[in-house]
Amino acid sequence: MGQREGETGLTTHAPQAAQTVTLPVSLDEAVAALAAMPAAVPVAGGTDLMTSVNSGQLRPAALVGLGRISEIRGWQYQDGHALLGAGLTHARMGRPDFAALIPALAAAARAAGPPQIRNAGTLGGNIASAAPTGDALPVLAALEATLIIAGQGGARREIPVSHLLAGVEMLRAGELIGYVRVPLLHAPQVFLKATGRTGPGRALASVSLVLDPARRGVRCAVGAIAPMPLRPLEAEQWVASLIDWDNNRAIVPEARDAFGEYVAAACIPDPVPAEDGSVEPLPPAVLHLRRTVAALARRALGRALS
Amino acid sequence: MSNETATTTTVEAASADPSPQYGLGASLPPAEARAKTEGTFPYAADLWAEGLLWAAVLRSPHPHARIVSIDTSHALQMVGVRAVVTHEDVPGSAMYGRGTADRPVFASEVVRHHGEPIAAVAADHPDTARMAAAAVIVEYEVLDPVTDPEQAFEAEPLHPDGNLIRHIPLRHGDSEAAGEIVVEGLYRIGRQDPAPIGAEAGLAVPRPDGGVELYLASTDPHADRDTAAACFGLEPERVKVVVTGVPGATADREDQGFQLPLGLLALKTGCPVKLAATREESFLGHVHRHPTLLRYRHHADAEGRLVKVEAQILLDAGPYADTSSQALAAAVSFACGPYVVPNAFIEGWAVRTNNPPSGHVRGEGAMQVCAAYEAQMDKLAKKLGIDPAELRLRNVMTTGDVLPTGQSVTCPAPVAELLQAVRDFPLPALPKDTPEEDWLLPGGPEGAGEPGAVRRGVGYGLGMVHMLGAEGTDEVSTATVKVHDGVATVLCAAVETGQGFTTLARQIVQETLGIEEVHVASVDTDQPPAGPGCRGRHTWVSGGAVERAAKMVRTQLLQPLAHKFGMSTELLQITDGKITSYDGVLSTTVTEALEGKELWATAQCRPHPTEPLDEAGQGDAFVGMAFCAIRAVVDVDIELGSVRVVELALAQDVGRILNPAQLTARIEAGVTQGVGAALTENLRTARGLVRHPDLTGYALPTALDTPDIRIVELLEERDVVAPFGAKSVSAVPVVTTPAAIASAVRAATGRPVNRLPIRPQAAVVTTGQ
Repeated sequence: MGQREGETGLTTHAPQAAQTVTLPVSLDEAVAALAAMPAAVPVAGGTDLMTSVNSGQLRPAALVGLGRISEIRGWQYQDGHALLGAGLTHARMGRPDFAALIPALAAAARAAGPPQIRNAGTLGGNIASAAPTGDALPVLAALEATLIIAGQGGARREIPVSHLLAGVEMLRAGELIGYVRVPLLHAPQVFLKATGRTGPGRALASVSLVLDPARRGVRCAVGAIAPMPLRPLEAEQWVASLIDWDNNRAIVPEARDAFGEYVAAACIPDPVPAEDGSVEPLPPAVLHLRRTVAALARRALGRALS
Repeated sequence: MSNETATTTTVEAASADPSPQYGLGASLPPAEARAKTEGTFPYAADLWAEGLLWAAVLRSPHPHARIVSIDTSHALQMVGVRAVVTHEDVPGSAMYGRGTADRPVFASEVVRHHGEPIAAVAADHPDTARMAAAAVIVEYEVLDPVTDPEQAFEAEPLHPDGNLIRHIPLRHGDSEAAGEIVVEGLYRIGRQDPAPIGAEAGLAVPRPDGGVELYLASTDPHADRDTAAACFGLEPERVKVVVTGVPGATADREDQGFQLPLGLLALKTGCPVKLAATREESFLGHVHRHPTLLRYRHHADAEGRLVKVEAQILLDAGPYADTSSQALAAAVSFACGPYVVPNAFIEGWAVRTNNPPSGHVRGEGAMQVCAAYEAQMDKLAKKLGIDPAELRLRNVMTTGDVLPTGQSVTCPAPVAELLQAVRDFPLPALPKDTPEEDWLLPGGPEGAGEPGAVRRGVGYGLGMVHMLGAEGTDEVSTATVKVHDGVATVLCAAVETGQGFTTLARQIVQETLGIEEVHVASVDTDQPPAGPGCRGRHTWVSGGAVERAAKMVRTQLLQPLAHKFGMSTELLQITDGKITSYDGVLSTTVTEALEGKELWATAQCRPHPTEPLDEAGQGDAFVGMAFCAIRAVVDVDIELGSVRVVELALAQDVGRILNPAQLTARIEAGVTQGVGAALTENLRTARGLVRHPDLTGYALPTALDTPDIRIVELLEERDVVAPFGAKSVSAVPVVTTPAAIASAVRAATGRPVNRLPIRPQAAVVTTGQ
């Protein structure tokens, strides 16, 4: 009878160690490792995966750790775009140099949870988990980012992030998200998130809004209220037409308020009228969510144009 | 006067006294502080024994179902599985419970809540044990759950004892009395979970004599031993509970639903068996704060003086009684708060449902009613156009006033002083003069807060709790003090749960015997009982026993010297291990006086008895009471409904400060738990199924959610019946904080805020809709 000190090898929720853990150092090696062990599960920060393992919902036969692939832990410039490595952590994306490049993604990364999570969780992991509350997702949707998918034999293919999130295109067996291609817009971008609390928490609703002055466009995506980020396309076009792009991007305040309502109504529509034309009122909780989205969208536009 | 100056003044006032290094009044640090900080302190989950097996418990996935059959054969055939136990394997009493034995060790015919234990497995690996538990095949006939406590009265009995656990129809004064002003309200309080940072864990080791030793983070080891012995069919002497490090306890932290299977498996296999609960199991297994529905009607005269309070209080006990009866007594007795109410008609019920089980969580009953009666006081103030603090001042009770139970408040009750202290404390500065980026807005540093949508509100809460068990509970504790070689040792079965009892015991012995080096022995059930660690018991009862034992040792030590010098022991003084007489003639050391002897003394402390409430809810049910006033300042984003508590200013009636640092820590911890209950903590269920039993779904306050806590005044008016005159300090801030925060949100938004925790949609100000 004794008490163990320090070493915690005996906690009961420690998972039964996966039989094989591979730690490749390049993207192609990682893809090859997945091909060699089809049952293997890739793991980056592990902030989502390991909770499933710890709770016994997932028992991976093998793991391919992506943490040592240095080529996907940074970013590079590529013809007006930034090529972001999928292994970029939230903590790295939250830093000022990154924020100067893609402000909305940096804001989302800073809001993505407590420091422990931000230090481990990655951009690629956020996309692969595709949780509705993933904070990077509405930003990537608003930026119309594309994903560079690495396949066997050095193959690379590019798909829009929205296609993956909507399930239009899927990752094939053995493929990995290598990079995220994001346009550099050189204009204000906003990410706003409502959590209902002051400390870090999951989004009840989030809004990302980016300006694209070259194309005189506004792009907006709403996160956390649906299985994937929602784009209110008509509201975007409508508000873009009201902005005086040549005059400090001025807009009348009423248009800002109306934009909020427009976005909210597009994402959380009124119920379909019954045959007699009567409309069931939205339940209070849904009504509150709609008001939250409206406030977030209005504030986001206000901040982007201020 | 600016905020900063005020704070400094308070600090200086506190440190003006030359603070002693040890003894009562010193900020003695806990002996285990270093080990806890460095992570080497052994908690229950760190226990290990040679050849141990791992246990897993199969829990019900349904809130209400009939068990048709249980088939353990598949689980038993699995490689590595050593034993499976079900209700058929309980050799002794099949039922247990605090107060009433109404809860089965393992469900046999019916499951009554989501997570109720049905079977347990011992295997040579924790994963094997879990998989084997999942391989036990249980055939259920799913029944409709009763999840609305209001339906419990009419529903089919969920339990052979019926659905009504207790009913108290308190009647006090003239039922015909009526006031000119009447306000009414309906309030709902959610299900706070104690969420101890360390989940339940334990180790059972069989003994050669056929008994078993249970190594547990128990907070009431003797009660846990007695329950276990009864269920195992053993004499209490053959079951020993050894208390290990307790990782957090603000309630009955231990779920006996895992302790008992653990012991049964150890007895069946003859091997040590360990279990460490997952967070999910912890949420499902242990007891929660009673969700409560309250309906109030306050009558007042035109000046705002209370004439009559009528209330109906309905406690959702979950399927088993546990301590619901005590929670109901507190709720009914304190339903009017620390106010003078000549006529009170309070009807309280505790009923069974298929919701998660409720039980003792600190501030039980009192916290729920505080949120409701303070909301009523705000309504009254609004209706009369009187300042909320002023309205409260016109009604506060003081020593000598009578509770609605007919009991006179004989202890210090300086409620008016407490309220004035927080009211007159300078308000925190508005952030209008500071740069916007320095202003922590509701929603947090990366949130969506916008200064233009933020409204500030100030609100008040006055709360009270009782100390010790009520209604005739035999409150007793026994302690032994030993002195040998200039070192003192305390043996007392009062468990250190983080509340600081061992530190206090050391201080008491230091104070009485003048010996600096004092050790407190670890706790097991071979020691005499000290009772549970709740309701400020150990400071009072166990602290009292330690003091008496130390005084007896002191007499033994000094008697020979006093006799030799022809003076009484009172004229001798011990400081820093030296014994001196009042005139300085005698001077020797404790070690010399001991002459190598060992001195032992054992003493008991038993406060004056109380009586049960009668059929009209009348009786002297409480030994003592503690009071607290809190002023909350909140910022609310009125579009998103996010609330940030900016500051909580607190004044508390503490009787006497025994350890200033520990006292402050206890108050801050209590306030923080109250912030959780006010804003985020609610274990949600859907048709009786627990939703999100994890720390992402159940949001505890973080440092960002916790406001500046300003302890404006600690009123030291000694309670003459309490040892040292000290009062319980942890529970009353938990009780009062949610009420004060709700009051401030009401002031900021003008919304009624009649539900805890406060949901964002309740703090939104809408125009038009």
